[in-house]
Amino acid sequence: MNRRAQAIVMVLFGGAILKASLTDVYLRYVKESLQPFLIAAGVLLLAAAAMTLYYEMRPAPTGEDGHDHHEPQVGWLLIVPALGVLLIAPPALGSYAAGQSGTALAGAQVESEFSPLPPGDPVPLSLMEYATRAVFDQGRTLDGRELRLTGFISPGPDGRPMLTRMTVACCAADGRPIKVGMDGAVAIDAPVDTWIHAVGVYTSRVEKDPVNQADVPYLRVTSWQQTTAPRRPYE
Amino acid sequence: MVPTISQERVTWRFGSVEALAILLVTLVALRNPLAALVSDPRLQTWTTVFVSVMVQAVPFLIFGVALSAVIAVFVPRSFWARALPRHPAAAVPVAGLAGVVLPGCECGSVPIAGSLMRRGVTPAAALAFLLAAPAINPIVLTATAVAFPGNPEMVAARAGASLVVAVAMGWLWLRLGRSEWIRLPRRSDLDGSSRARAFWASCRHDVMHAGGFLVLGAAAAATINVVVPESWMQTLAAEPVLSVLALAALAVLLSICSEADAFVAASLSQFSLTSRLVFLVVGPMVDLKLIAMQTGVFGRRFAARFAPATFVAAVLTGAGVGAVIW
Repeated sequence: MNRRAQAIVMVLFGGAILKASLTDVYLRYVKESLQPFLIAAGVLLLAAAAMTLYYEMRPAPTGEDGHDHHEPQVGWLLIVPALGVLLIAPPALGSYAAGQSGTALAGAQVESEFSPLPPGDPVPLSLMEYATRAVFDQGRTLDGRELRLTGFISPGPDGRPMLTRMTVACCAADGRPIKVGMDGAVAIDAPVDTWIHAVGVYTSRVEKDPVNQADVPYLRVTSWQQTTAPRRPYE
Repeated sequence: MVPTISQERVTWRFGSVEALAILLVTLVALRNPLAALVSDPRLQTWTTVFVSVMVQAVPFLIFGVALSAVIAVFVPRSFWARALPRHPAAAVPVAGLAGVVLPGCECGSVPIAGSLMRRGVTPAAALAFLLAAPAINPIVLTATAVAFPGNPEMVAARAGASLVVAVAMGWLWLRLGRSEWIRLPRRSDLDGSSRARAFWASCRHDVMHAGGFLVLGAAAAATINVVVPESWMQTLAAEPVLSVLALAALAVLLSICSEADAFVAASLSQFSLTSRLVFLVVGPMVDLKLIAMQTGVFGRRFAARFAPATFVAAVLTGAGVGAVIW
């Protein structure tokens, strides 16, 4: 691979990183806090490409033939992630990844005391918040309130749909699901991987996740409504 | 100069740029079939994990590449002679402790270690730095403290065990290592040209080289992530010895960034604290992505010896420290 081709690959790769970090696409893969570093890295890649082309266009200083035959061939591989982002832009982790691992509640940090829920009717809650309050506080702060959870549908072990959201510590490679079961009189017929708002009330029902034996709390759903994927797909 | 260039234009041959252009046009034309191909949920998850490992690693890779270019071009050789103790055996622990100042993960430390060796730092010290830096820097230790709020001793155990392994491997290299195992790629372009030119040449080379191997590692990690279901791990958690080996192997296979591995370790709560400590000690030192990058930067003969030896040292030290504390 000669240096001009390397410069083109760096433009592609840097451009892909910049495109993903200037739109919301990067939120499918990493945490929001990484954005400034991604932009800086993309700019530096473009600068390296520009400087490579600049020096290629100028006559080489004596002692350098300008055509080193030990240029790294492995660099061709950088086209793969670049085009992966530019052409495909794979979606955020969904029900398949959620089914692979056990609910993240086992590793959750447990507060010693749960503060009362904010006012609102229904109260929007994250799945992690609902699950920790339901399991570790026996739902004391949830009782008697109408709650609204947002997540996507994944198939539960009994075949019934479960409300699911992925949590990410660093990037999607360490993504883990939080699962909340749904019962109640309302039939939930949304297909797998659809995002929904589920409104309902606390129920003391808890089942075990067959993957890691962690507790999966349930929500008694009173109504639900299909929605679009949120800007930040991970909690 | 000018006649040479025009002569080059006359003897035009089919080269990398032309190949790249054809490849790109083909791929863009095939965009829709490609997108249809990855609609399979497994392949889709693989693609997402692969891209996210790359995106997560890029800032650290670029930071490491730029810093290693600075070391290669702007820091004079005499600086390292003054900064590190003259005797190699004394330089190893100093270099290991110096890892505290590099805030990043393992992707950045490989090119930096290569650059240090090229600037005359004794390989044993550069290797101690390579192993210690991704494990004991403040960002990683803070993440560990946040992930284990109930076990603050995990932070000290991780830092201590990692430093011990790094220094032990440095000393082991002094005793048993052979310099011919390390084959740093020849870099004629760094000598005899202007500093700015050398800086950008070093950046370009390291991005293409370390970045290419990072792609290999990210692909391997994504494959493991999709192929190995978590339920397999659960059955191993009950056995004390097996659980240590299982999490050590998992650390190698998953290749999670050292800034995130503490959160994954915390979530593996069925496993003993000792086995999770081993996970945290092994991960930043030996994993698929690192083995691929070390093979690229230092050569195959080096990686084939260094990675297994480090793995054994990390498992034994982690298990030993864990046995003492818990």
